[in-house]
Amino acid sequence: MTIVVAGERKEYADGLTVEELIEAEKVETPQYVTVTVNDTFLSNAERASRSLQEGDIVEFLYFMGGGTIPSLCASNDL
Amino acid sequence: MIYLHLKEYEKLLAHAVKCLPEEACGLLGGRKDETGNTYIEVVYLLENIDHSQEHFSLDPRGQLAAVKEMRANGWRPLGNWHSHPASPSRPSEEDKRLAYDSSALYMILSLMERGAPVLNAFRIENDHVEKEEIRYIQG
Repeated sequence: MTIVVAGERKEYADGLTVEELIEAEKVETPQYVTVTVNDTFLSNAERASRSLQEGDIVEFLYFMGGGTIPSLCASNDL
Repeated sequence: MIYLHLKEYEKLLAHAVKCLPEEACGLLGGRKDETGNTYIEVVYLLENIDHSQEHFSLDPRGQLAAVKEMRANGWRPLGNWHSHPASPSRPSEEDKRLAYDSSALYMILSLMERGAPVLNAFRIENDHVEKEEIRYIQG
């Protein structure tokens, strides 16, 4: 199947899950990356169960934050 | 070398001042050339969902919208920026801890001295911080 990952068209085997795509794309620090599929934000739990389909558009969004005190919400769960 | 349009800098500065006393934040979109120079074509002003004077987290929905707009314009996500209302223009320990993307550019605007804002650009990887020079482009 052909999917779009971070703006690039890529070929992957049918049935690939989002979690498998994260591994295949070698996403750094995936625990701090929010994933969207066709503009829908996925929870961590959905990554393992969500299979991708032909034409899906996937984005990896790094958590971006900082400050002078430790964060209370440095998580990729919305 | 980082190239930044003066009007984009002025937009960033005005937004950061407007957000005081909270930290302001956003994304940087643009391009890189084959010699390693980075051209910031647009500064995105996003919501700090922490609404804090001492911490920021970018709104992920605004982040997604900005990334999509960058792609539509042929730009790429280059990194992010945030303000330090009362501290210097350098990454705090928390900034370094949360710099998960080693390929990103991190810009910090200090507003600690009234009327004398300071903007610096950094690369951060595994607690190692490297400052990059910013050159402003007129027009």
